[in-house]
Amino acid sequence: MRALFALLAIMIAMPVAAQQSVPPAPYAYRQLDDPVQEAEAQELMETLRCLKCQSQSIADSDAPMAGDMRHQVRIRIASGDSPEQVRGWLVERYGDYVSYEPVLSARTWPLFAVPAILVLVAGLLFWRRFRRRA
Amino acid sequence: MSWRLWVPLLLFSGFLGLAGYQLTQPKDDVVESRMVGRELPYFTLPPASLDRPGVDSRDFYDGRPKLLNIWASWCLPCIAEAPQLEALKEQGVEIVGVAIRDEPVDVMRFLTQHGNPYTRIGRDDLSEVQLGIGSSGVPETFVIDGKGVIRYQHIGDIREEHVPVLLEELRKAES
Repeated sequence: MRALFALLAIMIAMPVAAQQSVPPAPYAYRQLDDPVQEAEAQELMETLRCLKCQSQSIADSDAPMAGDMRHQVRIRIASGDSPEQVRGWLVERYGDYVSYEPVLSARTWPLFAVPAILVLVAGLLFWRRFRRRA
Repeated sequence: MSWRLWVPLLLFSGFLGLAGYQLTQPKDDVVESRMVGRELPYFTLPPASLDRPGVDSRDFYDGRPKLLNIWASWCLPCIAEAPQLEALKEQGVEIVGVAIRDEPVDVMRFLTQHGNPYTRIGRDDLSEVQLGIGSSGVPETFVIDGKGVIRYQHIGDIREEHVPVLLEELRKAES
């Protein structure tokens, strides 16, 4: 019985192995020749979200789609685009979700405001405490 | 002892509870394209199969709305939606396919097994078209009007109940 299950498991696993027949995009794993551009691309890739993964950047992910996104980032940087232009190109298509570097907007302002308010409130509390003691 | 002493603890346990609850929730990974309502980017894809031509963005400017189906032979939900694509084709809908990271051999095998509803199939080994139109997975289906403008995005496999929705969106795209 166990051998039968093992056999079944092997048969089920085979099509999964067959998925990766197409080689990854040229610049998915290959660095740009210009070290300055490669550094720019790398820094940008660490702040772009892999759309198919659980909270990983495209620099961190081995998902084929993340590879294709790295390829796009590298060829766009190599062709002279600035990192922010490339980020803009992706945000234009996927919204802020694709970027790990939130921009200040009507939807994201609480992200920036809430910590500032909390720090202010905490400061105020401390101040009142210490004043009372003194 | 003042009741106020308990407020920070209550706030903190409330926060813990919320964080704990969110951890148990599955990630909502439907990423909608921001390209709906905008024109297709320019692209040219070579054929992905032996019996259908490749895809060019200029194919979408002939005045007739079409479906642009992003799929792959290695994608299991694509098998599930094959009968629905066939049903749409029966209704006279023109379906253009874009095969993601796919070898012609595998494409041909898939089409022999599950039917070929496509008039054209482009080969997108670098996900260029997929990224260009803001699609984040396979399968996804876009309604493109006769002027190359993306009018509607369907995320995930097309089930029976989605067929009338897509037909309605195609009808709307005619105006």
